[in-house]
Amino acid sequence: MKNKTLLDKKALERTINRITHEIIEKNQGCGALSLIGIRTRGVHLAQRIRDKILDVEGISLPLGILDITMYRDDIFKLKSPVLKKTEIPFDVNNKTIVLVDDVLHTGRTIRAAIDAIMDLGRPNKIQLAVLVDRGERQLPIHPDYAGILYTANPEEEVLVRLRELDSKDDVIVVKPQ
Amino acid sequence: MNWDKKDLLGIKGLSREDIILILDTAESFKEVSQREIKKVPTLRGKTIITLFYEPSTRTRTSFEIAAKRMSADTINISASTSSYVKGETLKDTAKNLESMMPDVIIIRHSMPGAPHMLARIMDASVINGGDGAHEHPTQALLDLFTMREKKGKIDGLNITIIGDIAHSRVARSNIFALKHFETKITCSGPPTMLPPYLEDLGVKVEYNIEKAVKNADVIMMLRIQKERGGISYIPSIKEYSTLYGLKASHLEKAKKDVIIMHPGPMNRGVEITDEVADGPCSVILDQVENGVAVRMATLFLLAGGDG
Repeated sequence: MKNKTLLDKKALERTINRITHEIIEKNQGCGALSLIGIRTRGVHLAQRIRDKILDVEGISLPLGILDITMYRDDIFKLKSPVLKKTEIPFDVNNKTIVLVDDVLHTGRTIRAAIDAIMDLGRPNKIQLAVLVDRGERQLPIHPDYAGILYTANPEEEVLVRLRELDSKDDVIVVKPQ
Repeated sequence: MNWDKKDLLGIKGLSREDIILILDTAESFKEVSQREIKKVPTLRGKTIITLFYEPSTRTRTSFEIAAKRMSADTINISASTSSYVKGETLKDTAKNLESMMPDVIIIRHSMPGAPHMLARIMDASVINGGDGAHEHPTQALLDLFTMREKKGKIDGLNITIIGDIAHSRVARSNIFALKHFETKITCSGPPTMLPPYLEDLGVKVEYNIEKAVKNADVIMMLRIQKERGGISYIPSIKEYSTLYGLKASHLEKAKKDVIIMHPGPMNRGVEITDEVADGPCSVILDQVENGVAVRMATLFLLAGGDG
């Protein structure tokens, strides 16, 4: 198996910094923003973006955690789905929400996440931030902020590894032999 | 930890890990019931039947609400309005229901083992909603959920169960479940209502209620199972309530933060006084609230996935 590194530790940090600055720029500051990370790695990315915004703007944004299992369209195809907690400790009504995930692929996760948020209320706007856009969309979903674009072959696996979980920071492509 | 079982027939047959998986899953579902719009699409297109041959308010409603909050379709059948009164056997009823392609059947029956028989002959998942004096697994699970929620853990708890243990499926399922954890279980009640096998299960028997509640973290009260002849095991209700009814004075002997549980229905003034049932230590209505979350979790684990 030959792995290709798309982002190393430094590059990953720069990419998150750029996404953060784009979020601040697009929303002209971020007083009215809330972040929601999609389990599992989206949550850690959202935390990093929040920390960065606190550094740059001095504002601590509300952060929610979303588990999309209840909203998956393939729930009856999974062997044994595992449900984790959704914790969104703020009212989503009339907010601008930045949804954060690690890899955008088919768009089905984001569809589920949007439905899950809509069940909690009526946000003013939902924006999407992803670290990697690997293409091959199956739904009309487009990121507002994308770290890198990498058009992966269907058999390739794009892995985001974060120090909080994987004890290292990088993005790699794993090719099957 | 993965769920790989078709049915939930009893706590017997579940491992500690299975129980923890159900409780953890239930914790995720509890949030849904606290929303303004209490509905998720998880079990859309699934059909869930409750088949109750014994009366029920809580369990049947709880299952129905759980299923509906997950967008499943529910049908309720109770014996008094079914072909049972025309002489149809349980097996034939089951076979006929099966032809309508349900995904989950929840059955309550006075005959122990009725859910097990159904599980053998049906492709649908079967949940035991109480079978005679045998088991009532979802009640035990919601009791453990409530203990864990209120006490932060189950390991290390002293649990006292008082009442008609011999005829109580709730007590049996609770004992089976609690034995998977580092708990000290004490049962109390009139000797005629304490089955001889309790000590074999590692449960302490204490006839004196004052001693039984000493140092308890959890006191679980049970009613007399009149429908299973419970009343004939005691001289009188009045004597029973004097000797085994839980009163506020008993709580002083227990731990300061003791919680009082009751699976319902309560017979106020018999096994529990109003003062205790409605007092600050009572978590009886929390049990009911948690029941919905626990049943959502069991329906999710049985009907979700490809199994």
